[in-house]
Amino acid sequence: MSETLIKARDLSVGFKIGSGFFGKQILKAVDHVDLDIEKGSFFGLVGESGSGKTTLGRALLKAVPITGGSASYADGEVDYDLTTLAGPELKDYRKRAQLIFQDPYAALSPRMTVRDIIAEPLEVMGLTKTREETDARVRQIAAKCRLNLEHLRRFPHAFSGGQRQRISIARALVSGPKFVVADESVAALDVSIQADVLNLLKELQRDLKITFLFISHDLSVVAHTCDHVAVMYLGRLVESAPTRELFKAPRHPYTKALFSAIPSLDPDDRGRAQKLIGEIPSPTNQPSGCKFHTRCPHAVDRCKKEEPMLEHPGDGHEVACHRWRELLESAAA
Amino acid sequence: MRALIEVKNLTIQFRTDEGLVTAVDDVSFSIDKGEVMGLVGESGSGKSVTAKALMHLNARNAVYGPDSRITLHTEAGPVEVLKLKTARDLKIVRGGAISMIFQEPMASFAPAITIGDQMVEQLRLHADMSKAKAKEISVEMLDRVGISDPSRRFGQYAFELSGGMRQRAMIAMALSTKPKLLIADEPTTALDVTIQAQVIDLMKDLVNEFHMGIIFITHDLGVIAQTADKVAVMYLGRLIEEGPVREVIRNPKHPYTQGLLAALPKLDNLDAPLTPVAGDIPSPLERPSGCVFHTRCPKIVGDQCKTRLPHDVQVDPTHRVACHIHTEVPA
Repeated sequence: MSETLIKARDLSVGFKIGSGFFGKQILKAVDHVDLDIEKGSFFGLVGESGSGKTTLGRALLKAVPITGGSASYADGEVDYDLTTLAGPELKDYRKRAQLIFQDPYAALSPRMTVRDIIAEPLEVMGLTKTREETDARVRQIAAKCRLNLEHLRRFPHAFSGGQRQRISIARALVSGPKFVVADESVAALDVSIQADVLNLLKELQRDLKITFLFISHDLSVVAHTCDHVAVMYLGRLVESAPTRELFKAPRHPYTKALFSAIPSLDPDDRGRAQKLIGEIPSPTNQPSGCKFHTRCPHAVDRCKKEEPMLEHPGDGHEVACHRWRELLESAAA
Repeated sequence: MRALIEVKNLTIQFRTDEGLVTAVDDVSFSIDKGEVMGLVGESGSGKSVTAKALMHLNARNAVYGPDSRITLHTEAGPVEVLKLKTARDLKIVRGGAISMIFQEPMASFAPAITIGDQMVEQLRLHADMSKAKAKEISVEMLDRVGISDPSRRFGQYAFELSGGMRQRAMIAMALSTKPKLLIADEPTTALDVTIQAQVIDLMKDLVNEFHMGIIFITHDLGVIAQTADKVAVMYLGRLIEEGPVREVIRNPKHPYTQGLLAALPKLDNLDAPLTPVAGDIPSPLERPSGCVFHTRCPKIVGDQCKTRLPHDVQVDPTHRVACHIHTEVPA
């Protein structure tokens, strides 16, 4: 029934770093990830800093080179293999896949008017022929992002954080993309404005039939906006499930720890968090076996030696943990 | 209990090219020994400027109102913070009795001086002690905040530490002089949730151990609920609500506080729509007349909101709110 827009298999992204005595070292930022993003969905990607979520998003936009595995994009009109995409096809993909940045203060040029900022992608990509056509498209998308004509004449410094983020969104969407990566797009905003931008993104998803990859470290935001959530840890996908299912019954010990670390709004609910000890290990010096074993409260010998694969139990709730069934049963008992 | 620090009628304006800009407007509060006060508000609400005033740390173009008073009670008697002038006198509020930890620990440590040397320098500035003694105390503090292998970390630079570790080192440094009041300006905002949970735990332990007062500045009401005893909510430079944390979070009285709580995504009810506080925070150059929140308020009760500044109303002995809706309630 539903089609897959983005499909990644065994996708890896490695960066060469330094040139030590033993030759070049490879930093594996994304490590053998399988991912299916359905058309029209709002797909969430969560994890701590250093988990590889931003790199995965960029790889799917072909903004960083893919070093292993495969990734493809199929929107019904075109079918691209992202590992080999180049030339005019890559240019076409740039129209179809766009990025919204985290910091709306850094992402907008202070020397350009809002109209020019939004129009720039159209001009660079040569999507419009006349100035009138450009203006019409800018006005159309600006209205969708709740910016009025008066706003278009001004410079970015005159706007608040929420308005700036709406300008960034308008610029990302002006080329009519089908796939948009929103990388921590509300992280820099105040809560009162965050809700406004999230509602706008959801609205645009429905009206313009855009598929979103929503990258965030804020689990409560993800819970409210995404249909499906994938959790990353040190470059690996450790769990992936429909949002409700994931929040109701997380299977991976890391996901459980992430949930319990969210500060509760109930002042009487203090100190009940299942605390994770330590920090995410350095990606240049990754643990053997399951990468989470150094912080996992349930780790056994097997976890140190053997890396768990992402299991597909058939209910759409995928998990990469040796002991998840066991833990599920002991929790039910 | 006697107050540790009292802030009365604090008004701060900044001289700018566009004229005087009001950042803080007639704010009063006090903090007791061992009490944790959460200071909440959007960017631009004046919470950081208020906190910096306690250390007399605002920029030179800051103008304090004539009635503004900040009184710090020390063992040697009360100190009027705003009357302090020379660097020597100011030492008591800058790292002596009051310490501050910042949001971005990478930006707060000098990059080319080891963590240890910075800690020793600060200790020797504030207490008369030998280098060896200062080092001993520093290593002990690093150990206390949960940094493993503290004597090795003592000789390292800030860039060699991970984000969580840097924030711990920052806390260790701020606490090494045994301050009476700690100002924590968004100390966990730049951290991942798992590390944030660790830092929050650490700070709770330290309050119990050192019995100091803390001002915890954050926009995250979840963090406040987990740490604070009382909460003060600021909007456009005014303190609009203050009360015990349970009261303010469960029973908020000001429409702005109610709006902030409604805008938070809640995990226990995923179907609830997210309701933003309508509109944007006005520019400090165009401060609204009357109640500063009236331009965004969903509960306006008539012209008085636009023309008259609401007074503080005690809805109960510990909970006050500045809103015309509540003026009818007897104090």
